[in-house]
Amino acid sequence: MSDFLAMGGYAVYVWSAYAIAALVLVVLLAMSLGALKRREAALRLLEAAREARPRGEPTGSGSAPVPESSR
Amino acid sequence: MALPDRMAYLTVAMHRFANPARFQRIATAILPWSAGLTVLLLAAGLYLGLVASPADYQQGDTVRIMYIHVPSAWMALFIYANMALASAVGFVWRHPLADLFCRAVAPVGAGFTAVCLITGSLWGEPMWGTWWVWDARLTSVLILFFLYLGYIALVNAFDDPVRGLKAGAILVLVGVVNLPIIKFSVDWWNTLHQPASVSRLGRPALDPAMLTPLMVMAAAFMAYFVTLALLRTRAELLNRRIQVLQMARGAS
Repeated sequence: MSDFLAMGGYAVYVWSAYAIAALVLVVLLAMSLGALKRREAALRLLEAAREARPRGEPTGSGSAPVPESSR
Repeated sequence: MALPDRMAYLTVAMHRFANPARFQRIATAILPWSAGLTVLLLAAGLYLGLVASPADYQQGDTVRIMYIHVPSAWMALFIYANMALASAVGFVWRHPLADLFCRAVAPVGAGFTAVCLITGSLWGEPMWGTWWVWDARLTSVLILFFLYLGYIALVNAFDDPVRGLKAGAILVLVGVVNLPIIKFSVDWWNTLHQPASVSRLGRPALDPAMLTPLMVMAAAFMAYFVTLALLRTRAELLNRRIQVLQMARGAS
């Protein structure tokens, strides 16, 4: 096992290469999933606000009504 | 009249393919498979690359860096070529998904290019005795990295997202000239970087014991890219819908 970790004396180079690659791939995946979730939530709010507002009603009051379900 | 007819047919076919609802259906069908494949191939590739394959007789265990360095270089080029194709399609057929796909995958391409550069550096230090040289291969890949960053910055620099995407598409198409330079840099100039040893004509230059983990890792990176491209393009579609709804709200 320690032989495996030692990588023939090149442990620092080999393991940091793999660690950095893993870090980049994991961070990209996490950012992608995070953005997807954020936008799904924002879209739900916007669409709920649009449904709740009857057609033609002005939106002068400021914040759009939000139904209970999406709070 | 034959050519305009054919163009019209192609345009219809493109738009049908580009239909966001259809994209969502296809993405939902592919995603579990691409995600599962990514996990399986990564596990297999890591085992083959780190445990089952031999150390190189000259380079020792540093050769294992190749199993991430070379596939990430391939992905860096492949993703840029994809973006260039999407940009061209966006200009010619006004394909509504093309520009969104382009914007969605750019950070993934930048990520793979960074991995390629950093792992190359970590391989160069023990084998060449230097972290970096300004040879043609290394420099042209660094330019690729800046093209990715430039695209991301440019696309986000406009108030009108559509104009940003168009400007970005032009940058991507101009930057295509860099791809053959990267590919052939090791043949055209004397570089410290070695020439290709995977696809040399005649004899396979790389031992099967090393070629197998390399190809498995390449397949794993490809599956990872497909998964992220689908996830991120979906997020871009949601973003566009949010922008449309917000504009409608602002206008009413």
